[in-house]
Amino acid sequence: MSTARANATTDVPFEVAVVGAGVVGAAIARELARHRLRVLLLETGADVGAGTSKANTAILHTGFDAKPGTLEAGLVRRGHALLVRHAAEAGIPVERLGALLVAWDDEQRATLPAITERARRNGYTAIREVAAAELYAREPALAPGALAALEIPDESIVCPFTTPLAFATEAVVNGVTLMLEAPLQAVTRTPPAADAAGARDADAAGVYVLLTARGHFRARYVVNAAGLGADDVDRLFGHTRFTVTARRGELVVFDKLARPLLRHVLLPVPTARTKGVLVSPTVFGNLVLGPTADDVSDKDATDSTAGGIHGLLAQGRRLVPALADEEVTAVYVGLRAATEHADYQIRFHPEERYVCVGGIRSTGLSASMAIAEHVCDGLRDAGLRLEPRLDFRAVRMPNIGEAFGRPYERSELIAADPDYGRIVCHCERVTRREILDAAGAAIPARNLDALRRRTRATLGRCQGFYCTAAVTRLLASASGREIAELLGVPP
Amino acid sequence: MSDDADVVIVGGGPSGLAAAIELRRRGVARVVVLEREPHAGGIPRHTRHLGFGLRDLGRVLSGPAYAARYARQAYVASVDVRTETSVTGWDGPRTLAVTAPSGRGSIRGTAILLATGCRERPRAARLVPGTRPLGVLTTGALQQLVYLERQRVARRAVVVGAEHVSFSAVLTLAHGGATTVAMVTEQPRHQSHGALVWATAGWRGVPILTDAAVTRVLGRRRVEAVEVTDLTSGATNTIACDAVVFTGDWIPDHELARTGGLMLDATRGPRIDLALRTSERGVFAAGNLVHAAEAGDVAALSGRHAARSVQAFLGADVWPAAPPVPIVCRPPLRWISPGAIGVDDRPPRDRFVLRVATLVEDARLEVRQGEKVLWRARRRALVPARSIGLDAAWVRTVDRDGPEVTVAIVDA
Repeated sequence: MSTARANATTDVPFEVAVVGAGVVGAAIARELARHRLRVLLLETGADVGAGTSKANTAILHTGFDAKPGTLEAGLVRRGHALLVRHAAEAGIPVERLGALLVAWDDEQRATLPAITERARRNGYTAIREVAAAELYAREPALAPGALAALEIPDESIVCPFTTPLAFATEAVVNGVTLMLEAPLQAVTRTPPAADAAGARDADAAGVYVLLTARGHFRARYVVNAAGLGADDVDRLFGHTRFTVTARRGELVVFDKLARPLLRHVLLPVPTARTKGVLVSPTVFGNLVLGPTADDVSDKDATDSTAGGIHGLLAQGRRLVPALADEEVTAVYVGLRAATEHADYQIRFHPEERYVCVGGIRSTGLSASMAIAEHVCDGLRDAGLRLEPRLDFRAVRMPNIGEAFGRPYERSELIAADPDYGRIVCHCERVTRREILDAAGAAIPARNLDALRRRTRATLGRCQGFYCTAAVTRLLASASGREIAELLGVPP
Repeated sequence: MSDDADVVIVGGGPSGLAAAIELRRRGVARVVVLEREPHAGGIPRHTRHLGFGLRDLGRVLSGPAYAARYARQAYVASVDVRTETSVTGWDGPRTLAVTAPSGRGSIRGTAILLATGCRERPRAARLVPGTRPLGVLTTGALQQLVYLERQRVARRAVVVGAEHVSFSAVLTLAHGGATTVAMVTEQPRHQSHGALVWATAGWRGVPILTDAAVTRVLGRRRVEAVEVTDLTSGATNTIACDAVVFTGDWIPDHELARTGGLMLDATRGPRIDLALRTSERGVFAAGNLVHAAEAGDVAALSGRHAARSVQAFLGADVWPAAPPVPIVCRPPLRWISPGAIGVDDRPPRDRFVLRVATLVEDARLEVRQGEKVLWRARRRALVPARSIGLDAAWVRTVDRDGPEVTVAIVDA
């Protein structure tokens, strides 16, 4: 990763700048990196995937319930197929558990045929109705009273941390320049070249100058994938067409000891506004319950609420009564980038060499790779030359999913390096070597949050009671920082 | 890589080490202690204040000195203490799956003793809403940062809780250069000893907010404040601070007990009889796994008691055929340990330990089995989070074929 400050006036411009290194921006950067291009990936936060992408239900949706004919429906469907395939190659944990969409009363049951029909119109035909007896045989811990369910066998769970990180890592190892803590502050455009002798064709249409907190950068094309900030970035490019409203989603994660209670993703019958509260296993071996859906005015409002937590717990107990006896390991809050529009807001401006990727709501993780394809197609149409790289390097991410053999369980890894046998974070069974690996990765863990997303360290039931000191010391020594700095201790 | 031993002990804290030393003293040949940290000794390793060792060693030591003493005694007694060795699950009956720098393997014990201890319930499990900034700690993490890593971790901290360990946290914060700006407890009074309160918080002028709860954590990158709600009036008030330490509210580390299919009880640890047998043949449990949390010396004496039972099992290979008679606590009593009465007459230290959920003054405790009153005792006050001892003389009168035993607080 290049961390040098760029000087726009002397450097050769980037062909494309992607604004936002969430799961969507990272996927776009990765797709671009498969071609012979100089690409810049700008991110406001201190890490990739550290905004909306990090706190969600971590479901890889099939798109069975999307509104047929919308851009979202098509991209989720395609994105699901692409990510399932890519995950196997890149080491992104995905488990195809299947979902059961449960009807609890006659009214809900009456909607099941319409949901099935909608799935068929979306090209998803594996959906089928399951009678109550089969439902309870498959989910014995489900509360009594369910009438029937729809089975969606391809709904999967995915690692929300590894996915954007895998995309961004593949981008960076293939030459994309990643600039973290570089919020976009202003945009200007150099006028079309007047000096015919000095200007190359590519620059004839003018070049964007992006002023960020880390200097200014020049780029010929810009892709706005700024998530919650997509409307603000859009305005910097002179467009006012949608407003992003942060839709707060609170999520409760239960202790791993609750994991055996469920085998599938349990979905509610959706309402007009949201997919509703689901309960699902996670690839880390927990159960997650949520999300709530509250529109909030503050795009930083990642605080959980008493009402949200207790409301979720009550709903969770109604769905799976045994959850009442289980400990909560964590409470997360994600902010979905909702707009006043129902569909994705992906707009191409070929003449401006600008693409706006806005309004990617809760399905961004599922659709990310298809969005990237779609954006690259649009850039090609806008005149960007996309020549495949013959020396593209695929990456394989360290596995942090429970279903794929963690390092602590792998004799051959421990034999090769005994530090894979030294468990430092006991609840999540993270080894010393994994922490050192994360600190030395292509996109290194530079703070404790980033380390958590790469290794799961301190994310378990004790929340660092046992390992905060040891984990922080390891990261400090491996990254050349002070423990106090990592802990944010005031001077 | 598979291995075996006469006794495999999971956890090298006071109870596990005391059990191992006692087993060796009694002539058991192959005693293995599996300790996941780089050093044996358990929680006292980073609990620097005095007060350890009175009841088991007859002396007063600091936590680190106490931990070091047990580690040394284990070494002298030829206990096979394996550090950096994590038990990750079960590989079969009395067989544990293990990860260590030397590799992945399993170890089978003729007997297994679980001595995995306990930990403080962290913020999320207490369902305290708000943001998730840096600076939210438990006492365990605080102690390790201050005493093992020699870090200054805060300037102004709020301590959640007012039980023994909460005052230890005040001391640790002070050692690390931080001021405790308030202690917050949902109870009507603190739950420690007056002398300890004075020696830590009292003379420093730390306010103890009673009948109050931390109801929100504020701050983006780092803690900036907490919201405190007065539980009587509902009034809220914001206290500026840069750290919040969640103390006490102990829960046993019962993962192995649960994944091994052991029966649990109200302690949330494995249900044990007076000999510290669990529901699984050949598997015993001791220390703060079965009473979270007692002082280190009480945990050690629990381990020593378990060693006697384990040795008897090794010698005769007998296990009670009939299930023990459970002891059930009526609210506001929370739990009793041991929580069942089998063939034996004497629990560790000849007493049971109990906890109560709310403050009860002038309490009359009554132990019954069916209609029969077995024991009555009177206490000036039962204080939440504080150990309540109950004499075990009545155990001999329990009908082993009878109904469950109940412990309740009764009217005068």
